[in-house]
Amino acid sequence: MSTFLWGVLPYLCIASLVGGTIWRYRYDKFGWTTRSSQLYESRLLRIGSPLFHFGILLVFFGHIGGLVIPESWTEVVGVSEGLYHFNALLFGGIAGVCTLVGIIILVYRRRTTGPVFMATTKNDKLMYVLLVAAIVLGLWTTLVSVGAGSEAHNYRETVSPWFRSVFLLRPDVAAMAAAPIQFHIHAIVGMLLFALWPFTRLVHAFTAPLHYLFRPYIVYRSRDRQVSGARQARPGWSGIGTADRDRQR
Amino acid sequence: MRVMAQMGMVMNLDKCIGCHTCSVTCKQAWTNRAGTEYVWFNNVETRPGQGYPRRYEDQDTWKGGWTLTNRGNLKLKAGGRVQKLLGIFASPVQPKLADYYEPWTYDYQTLIEAPLGDDFPVARPKSLITGENTKITWSANWDDNLGGTSEMGHLDPIVAKLNASVRRESEEKVRFELEKTFMFYLPRICEHCLNPSCMASCPSGAIYKREEDGIVLVDQDRCRGWRQCITGCPYKKIYFNHKSGKAEKCTFCYPRIEVGLPTVCSETCVGRLRYLGLFLYDADRVTAAAATPDEADLYEAQLDLILDPRDPEVISAARRDGIPDDWMDAARRSPVYALAKTYRVALPLHPEYRTMPMVWYVPPLSPIVDVLSSQGHDAEDRDVLFGAIEALRIPVDYLAELFTAGRTDIVTGVLQKLAAMRAYMRDVSLGREGDPSIPEAVGMSEESLYEMYRLMAIAKYADRYVIPTAHVERAHELEEIGCSLDFEEGPGMYESGPFGEASGRPAPVAVETFHALRERQTSDTPTSTTAGGELRGRVNLLNWDGNGAPDGLFPDASAGGNATTEATEGQR
Repeated sequence: MSTFLWGVLPYLCIASLVGGTIWRYRYDKFGWTTRSSQLYESRLLRIGSPLFHFGILLVFFGHIGGLVIPESWTEVVGVSEGLYHFNALLFGGIAGVCTLVGIIILVYRRRTTGPVFMATTKNDKLMYVLLVAAIVLGLWTTLVSVGAGSEAHNYRETVSPWFRSVFLLRPDVAAMAAAPIQFHIHAIVGMLLFALWPFTRLVHAFTAPLHYLFRPYIVYRSRDRQVSGARQARPGWSGIGTADRDRQR
Repeated sequence: MRVMAQMGMVMNLDKCIGCHTCSVTCKQAWTNRAGTEYVWFNNVETRPGQGYPRRYEDQDTWKGGWTLTNRGNLKLKAGGRVQKLLGIFASPVQPKLADYYEPWTYDYQTLIEAPLGDDFPVARPKSLITGENTKITWSANWDDNLGGTSEMGHLDPIVAKLNASVRRESEEKVRFELEKTFMFYLPRICEHCLNPSCMASCPSGAIYKREEDGIVLVDQDRCRGWRQCITGCPYKKIYFNHKSGKAEKCTFCYPRIEVGLPTVCSETCVGRLRYLGLFLYDADRVTAAAATPDEADLYEAQLDLILDPRDPEVISAARRDGIPDDWMDAARRSPVYALAKTYRVALPLHPEYRTMPMVWYVPPLSPIVDVLSSQGHDAEDRDVLFGAIEALRIPVDYLAELFTAGRTDIVTGVLQKLAAMRAYMRDVSLGREGDPSIPEAVGMSEESLYEMYRLMAIAKYADRYVIPTAHVERAHELEEIGCSLDFEEGPGMYESGPFGEASGRPAPVAVETFHALRERQTSDTPTSTTAGGELRGRVNLLNWDGNGAPDGLFPDASAGGNATTEATEGQR
């Protein structure tokens, strides 16, 4: 079981994430959007959305710090285990709570504002369940650590080495298996979320418009030279058939 | 000097009767889809009036367009790049649906299906956003023909500004009592600016200006729905498609322009008030011109950007910059160049936004003529008209706020030219000798005044629309570029994809090849207006040339025959 969860599942998820993203980018650029609902409702959005997004950005960088940077490196620069954990709990907790409050506002808004709810697809609902679960479970691990005080489980000796080992193609299954159950569940939900990522509206995060800071204001473009012929583009999943047969379906 | 070509439009407001045909045909061609119900690429506003969306000209609220920094550089009014990115998660100033209106339909079904009873069934209005019963409180032209302006006229941002310049309320400049008011229509499309602030606002860089003809388009494959362009455009002519989650805007009917056809709004304009043609401009000087320190000088600065296509220096520079000779020829025959630069009677809309708009307007003389006629004056007598333009300050002030950033002298000059043209041509058409002192009084020659008259009064189709086609040898490139405004159920449009509505590959505009369209245009018989055949009860006016009835406008005759079939037909 451990071998599957920590040795096989990560690779399946990565394959889904990478392959799915490439596929989606090639075949569904038109569907690649934030699908903003600000036109319908903006009062709650003005509070919830920045809270959630800035929160989740902090959470993201926090995860990078905790998972990617080995404990030995921080010790070299003189950050003790206690200091590290204090910081992680403090900032991680604040960011996590912001994210959670933000997403609660957003989900509440989505459920109660008629037009916004109508624009919510099944796909969105599944995504929200996973996203909220990942955030709640993540906060749970944080809270458990707080409750345990100095006895807290040092995930930088179990989860982090495993995380890095996955990308080195030598998954350290034993290390992860040694972590407490809440870390296990959080990691599984997180992996599923990433596996689903390319197929949801979350893809908009991959096209965060940082290049806006550097591009010229005015964009000139010529007519596209590559497109030629009268054939119309088709979705990647559409069957091969005649126009007539398509219409009959 | 870097010469670039720009398709431009001039609208002669004296001829606009406010029939909204342009808006309706444009909507039929481009925005009759789910998600774009409230989207009017072309709309006609009654001025004074609030416009669409409401009070869009109030840039203190909406933060559209450009402003100058303390050091005199251009800056987006909504903020710099970092500020814009930080506000991306909830766009700080974006019009809500209530600022447009909640689109609706009627529950026609009850008219057919209501059981027999004593009362007539009614078709209740249903919101197209929620699907619930709704109360209609506003629309795209709710204040049409000054409707309600006695109550809400002061909400017009220009009226507010003019009235604010007068202290006491008793001295209000713009009045809305029937006897004292004035009005005219203002049809608006995207301005296809030389310095577009929507483009500058787009975080994804999805909005672009075409090198060949200057048409501003949204690449639907690159747009990610960050919605900053909606804030950026001071004319609020970028709309958010709430189904696809992408920005959409007037396309200048580029598929038609490419093959030499006028835009749908121009083609269907019953007043024939629109002119289409080329401008040549110096792309290197655009930013500097837009950064002109004094707002009042922006009109002149914009005019200076426009190059003379007869100037040998411009011709050689244009050749160097790859503008084909037939385009140069079209630029020399361009009616918009003549009206804007040669005769100087067309003015840009709100030059103070610093976007260098390329849809120009001939301001209306009619508010003044109307007043004179109603007072029993001879409204075509030169002295009467000239004097009245000076005396009737209110419309002039108003027009100046619209077209010249407050420069009444420019507006007066234009109106005097129009008045001179009327006065001079009356003599000519009555068989009398033309009075050369009339054109002289407005700084024109008899010949140029007569030429202007021909262009403004009796120009034929080919003179009003001088549209060089994209080159035949490059016709294969005309097909489909990034901006694809699909129409639902059209060829290539598939049902909702698995990632929510309108996901999947872009469904292309039904653009046809150069040869097919030319053949249709020159043949007398109606041809199928859709590439893929029937449109299942929908009408596509985009490629309609006026021959016969477009597919889908009327139910299929062969399918009729019994009432039930037609009833189901109607339900769809």
